[in-house]
Amino acid sequence: MSNAVSVLNGASFDGLAEVKDAGLVGMITLRGDLSSKALAKAVLNVTDCTIPDVRKVAAVNGNTVAWMSPDELLIVTDYQNVDAMVAKLSSALAGEHALVVNVSDARSMLTLSGSGTREVLAKVAPVDFSAEQFQPGDFRRTRLAQVAGAFWLGEAEQMHIICFRSVGQYVFDLLKVAAHSDAVVGVYT
Amino acid sequence: MSNRLAKQGRLIDRSKQIVFTFNGRSMLGHPGDTLASALLANDQMLVGRSFKYHRPRGLVASGSEEPNALVGLGSDNRFEPNQRATTTELFEGLAAQSQNHWPSLEFDVGILNSKLFSRFLTAGFYYKMFIHPKPFWKHIYEPFIRQSAGLGRAPDKELKDADTYEHFYFFADVVVVGGGVAGLQAAKAAAASGAKVLVMEQNAHWGGRAPVDGGTIDGMTADAWVAKTLDELRAMENVTLRDRTMGAGVYDHGYLLGYERLTDHDPSKGGPRHRLWRIRTKQIVTACGAIERPLSFAGNDVPGVMLAAAMRDYVVNWGVTPGKRVVVATNNDDAYRTALILQKAGVEIACILDARRLGGGALAAEARAAGIRVEDGRAIAKVADGKRVSKVAICLQDGEGQSIEEIEADAVAMSGGWSPVVHLWSHCGGKLTWDETQAHFRPDPSRAPTSHDGKPFVVTAGASSGPLELAAVLSDAAQAGATAGEGAGFPAQNLAAVSVEDMPETAMEPVWLMPANADIQHRMKSWLDYQNDVKVSDVQLAAREGFESVEHTKRYTTLGMATDQGKLSNINGLAILADSLGSEIPQVGTTTFRPPYHPISMGAIGGEARGDVFQPLRKTPMYDWHDANGADWEPVGHWRRPFTYLQDGESVQDAVNREVKNTRENLGLLDASTLGKLVVKGPDAGKFLDMMYTNVMSNLKIGKCRYGLMCSENGFLVDDGVVARIDEDAWLCHTTTGGADRIHAHMEEWLQTEWWDMKVFVANLTEQYAQIAVVGPNARKVLEKLGGMDVSKEALPFMEWRDGEIGGFNARAYRISFSGELSYEIAVAASEGQAFWSALMEAGKEFGVMPYGTECLHILRAEKGFIMIGDETDGTVIPQDLNLHWALSKKKDDYLGKRAHTRSHMADPDRWKLVGLETVDGSVLPDGAYAVGNGVNGNGQKNTIGRVTSTYFSSNLNRGIAMGLVKNGPKRMGEVISFPGTDGKTYEAKIVDPVFYDKDGEKQNV
Amino acid sequence: MLILECPYCGVKAEETELQAGGEAHLKRFGPGSSDDDFHDYLFMRENPKGVHFERWRHVNGCGKWFHAARCTVTLEVFGTYTAQTSTPPQALLDAISEKRPGWTWREFADASTSHNGEEVAD
Repeated sequence: MSNAVSVLNGASFDGLAEVKDAGLVGMITLRGDLSSKALAKAVLNVTDCTIPDVRKVAAVNGNTVAWMSPDELLIVTDYQNVDAMVAKLSSALAGEHALVVNVSDARSMLTLSGSGTREVLAKVAPVDFSAEQFQPGDFRRTRLAQVAGAFWLGEAEQMHIICFRSVGQYVFDLLKVAAHSDAVVGVYT
Repeated sequence: MSNRLAKQGRLIDRSKQIVFTFNGRSMLGHPGDTLASALLANDQMLVGRSFKYHRPRGLVASGSEEPNALVGLGSDNRFEPNQRATTTELFEGLAAQSQNHWPSLEFDVGILNSKLFSRFLTAGFYYKMFIHPKPFWKHIYEPFIRQSAGLGRAPDKELKDADTYEHFYFFADVVVVGGGVAGLQAAKAAAASGAKVLVMEQNAHWGGRAPVDGGTIDGMTADAWVAKTLDELRAMENVTLRDRTMGAGVYDHGYLLGYERLTDHDPSKGGPRHRLWRIRTKQIVTACGAIERPLSFAGNDVPGVMLAAAMRDYVVNWGVTPGKRVVVATNNDDAYRTALILQKAGVEIACILDARRLGGGALAAEARAAGIRVEDGRAIAKVADGKRVSKVAICLQDGEGQSIEEIEADAVAMSGGWSPVVHLWSHCGGKLTWDETQAHFRPDPSRAPTSHDGKPFVVTAGASSGPLELAAVLSDAAQAGATAGEGAGFPAQNLAAVSVEDMPETAMEPVWLMPANADIQHRMKSWLDYQNDVKVSDVQLAAREGFESVEHTKRYTTLGMATDQGKLSNINGLAILADSLGSEIPQVGTTTFRPPYHPISMGAIGGEARGDVFQPLRKTPMYDWHDANGADWEPVGHWRRPFTYLQDGESVQDAVNREVKNTRENLGLLDASTLGKLVVKGPDAGKFLDMMYTNVMSNLKIGKCRYGLMCSENGFLVDDGVVARIDEDAWLCHTTTGGADRIHAHMEEWLQTEWWDMKVFVANLTEQYAQIAVVGPNARKVLEKLGGMDVSKEALPFMEWRDGEIGGFNARAYRISFSGELSYEIAVAASEGQAFWSALMEAGKEFGVMPYGTECLHILRAEKGFIMIGDETDGTVIPQDLNLHWALSKKKDDYLGKRAHTRSHMADPDRWKLVGLETVDGSVLPDGAYAVGNGVNGNGQKNTIGRVTSTYFSSNLNRGIAMGLVKNGPKRMGEVISFPGTDGKTYEAKIVDPVFYDKDGEKQNV
Repeated sequence: MLILECPYCGVKAEETELQAGGEAHLKRFGPGSSDDDFHDYLFMRENPKGVHFERWRHVNGCGKWFHAARCTVTLEVFGTYTAQTSTPPQALLDAISEKRPGWTWREFADASTSHNGEEVAD
């Protein structure tokens, strides 16, 4: 796997917040009946995470499971770990109507951190980022300016942002513009 | 000469000076000045020329309602026309240019035009004058209009705006628009309930008019009360205050646009120039105050004639006076404040003309006591024409305008009463009611704009509601804030009532024309709309010509159509129209108020979307390599794909020809990563795909591929591609580049909304893989050299796929061909795409490898007669048109499009059908050209019998080749038909088989 | 710019996150159907002044299609509900009748009034 390179190849920018390439990250799309016990058991056994509530993530031992839709989860894990995890989930879900597929390479992941995080993201996404409304563990799929995106708030006010691979550079550039150090809004800080 | 007063000027800092220029002339001002106050301080009364007549115009107002003082600001890539001097904060180095004059502001040729043409420039002049004779339009009328009409000039189209802009999404329970005393009081009340409150003030200063107008609140001056209230609000966690931020528009479901001007007052500051706040709020309080109305008398546009309140604003806020000897004309008590304030500041008041027969109340008494001459029942007959006020003729308000007396004066303060700013209330459907007492339209609280829940979401506060006296303003505002808080779901908290001391006022009397029976000579000089040059006589003429609807009158006369959108002219114009129609104002009604309240910059609307992030650019994993290796980029949706790869000194056509020949003879690589890849899995996946595709996919064997077509329910061909059966319950569907997202959505739509009982999941894996087409006679050799998977004819036959390893990369190889050559499409993980591409380029050297672009791809497929979605199809083409009957299953009972194909027009044997086209002389047919047949249609045009859908130069065949749809085409093989081009030539082409190359398919099957 | 609450993920989505999908509860006509039925299925649509039922997709979000009932005059939203039904929920129909007495839309109507809009006698 030495040939694999992330879209942004380690890029970073420091302004109102730090925008950073998260590098190669493992991601698995799991579609199935989220209320099924078999699925919950498979996810717990393989990721140590329980099924997250609507628009939440569950994070345990370096794995994060995000609620994507009523029949879809996104499992975020180590890039090297994905094939093994896909195999384990697939066999655990044999006989269930489910789809497990590696989407690590279809995405670009960035992190946004620092005191300006909420404000920077509020310039590109139509979401209420006030501390009462968007809390650690909250997950949201929406748009980032002109493209689809998703993000969740992790620990220490760090936002984890996912977009499609082909627009990774666009999203990075977008956040760079939004995080320009002279462009402070001053409502969330 | 300076008009700066020795005292006054609460907003300016006299200890510092600012140098700025107006029409190149250096002038001095102070920090805190607006451009308008600084111009007045420099005795620059003349600020522009009028729209149609080029009459000299001066400042009329002190705020955003100003119609005349529009200037061009800045230069080069920061130039912007039509900026209001009254809302432009002064800064060091500001450079302003006046507009709409030639050759100069002082001497303008246009005014001669206006004297010559003025009889044509009445209401509806565009419609009347420019109709006949027709040939006059191009050479006479249009040049005339272009030269004489219009506001400022547009910025240079070659220059890019040097500034940046941004959007900001914000959510609130209550937004208060307006930071005057009413807005602050309303904010306090709303915030006390616990609601999250945002307060926006368009100016740099809080407090609105109250500090100028006087009165005390809770024993404090208005200034002191504002400062104290701001402190209180700032201390509250649930309150956000933004100055220099205008509420621009109210839209459905609590959507509100705020327009924040961050650096206009100080361009040396970094960061975005404007920020557009895209706000969602449960409730909106509009506390936007009221706007004073002009009086309609002859010469009311002569520079020096100004709104009475604006005149005292200039004195109190900026310490400047527009004149030394002022006449005040009014129909209400409020204008007496101007007289008193000016007199106190040392300005002589020549006379107060109160149009009311019985005159004013306590304020009038105070003016008389101060020794000011006050005349009741009197009016202005005329202000003498010129570049500024010199003489004012006085008459009886009840008369026709006979002059009783002429007074020397250099400025006139006028007040026709006040109209609440109802714009934001009205933007989303709030209705108005006519208030007889104040003679204005005010919001009707019983008919408020409603939100998603059917409940009101806008409430007005203070003068925006109608009341003008301070005590009533503040109590209305407190109530409005509490109502908004409650509407947002927060229990109302009663604020302690404020005690207010202010001068009582007697009732105003409506004066729509001054004098009431002014004759035509006077009416023709009485302006309603300064910016669009509309006079009382124009509206009366429109009424006589049958324009009864206020909306029609607006368009016909252009009343209220300029950048100020009738802020000053609206009510006066309505009153004149109503009077002319013998109707009442409420029956005539008002025109529609639309956002934005005040013009906002295009930059703010675009936000961050400029330069690199103007539009998302989708890049494949090999984008950088292509770019470094001569890619001539072609946009395909948001993707960029190499059209061709240019080598040194090569033309685009040369490069394409080289790639075409090399791929047929040696080895070509195509970045096919953009093709859609959808995995469809589940117990019902086969059944589902049989509905989606016109042919059968359920019986495809694992490991095999099949070309499929997709139709819409209307029967039209929407996409095509190769489907691979992955395992028992999973298929991988390739789509076109443009089809990936569209077909994914199409599948989800049918699964979610029609066949929700089917057990099928779809995932879009388009970007998971880098997919490379390895094409040409040497394709197998290069893969064998890289080693790994067995790609022999036996192990991987045509239209099959295998998983394995190639050159150390995990790969899936599809043996499919869109070129007619021996061809493999290899998918590897996108993150490894570049490495795999490089490995192929390296290993392919000895086999003559070259990358090829989309144009070569097109030529190769056209040589083979393969259709392309978007070329051969355009949303009106069905598979039968393309001779693809073989892909329409007869076995299946149903699939999308099947029913539609039996409709009479679809089954019509005369539909245009796909054929090949060969020009008689070997040239290339123009793309999209139509073939003409015998006869003409109803419009006298030649009948068309076909059109070109794809056309290229084939370097393999050394001639032009084309495909097209031709009526009865397949039955007319060998016939020559004519294609007139847009270049004047007519192209003759023979109808031939669309497969031009390797008809038996021997090359791909090796 | 309207807001609809996605019944699947609970987001109060603004219009830029949504995709409009036209009239709700169309009945599909396939092979074997009459020309008139197929024509109406493809092309004939309600254009009411008042209560309307529509399909929307939370496209920049959970990706799910859902149904919405709203008033085309005031933009009041009566409710959103699952896409996996051919009938609006009864509670929603009742809520609409409460707010828009006498409403009708295709085969649906205020149950307390007859189809010609007259009150049904008690």
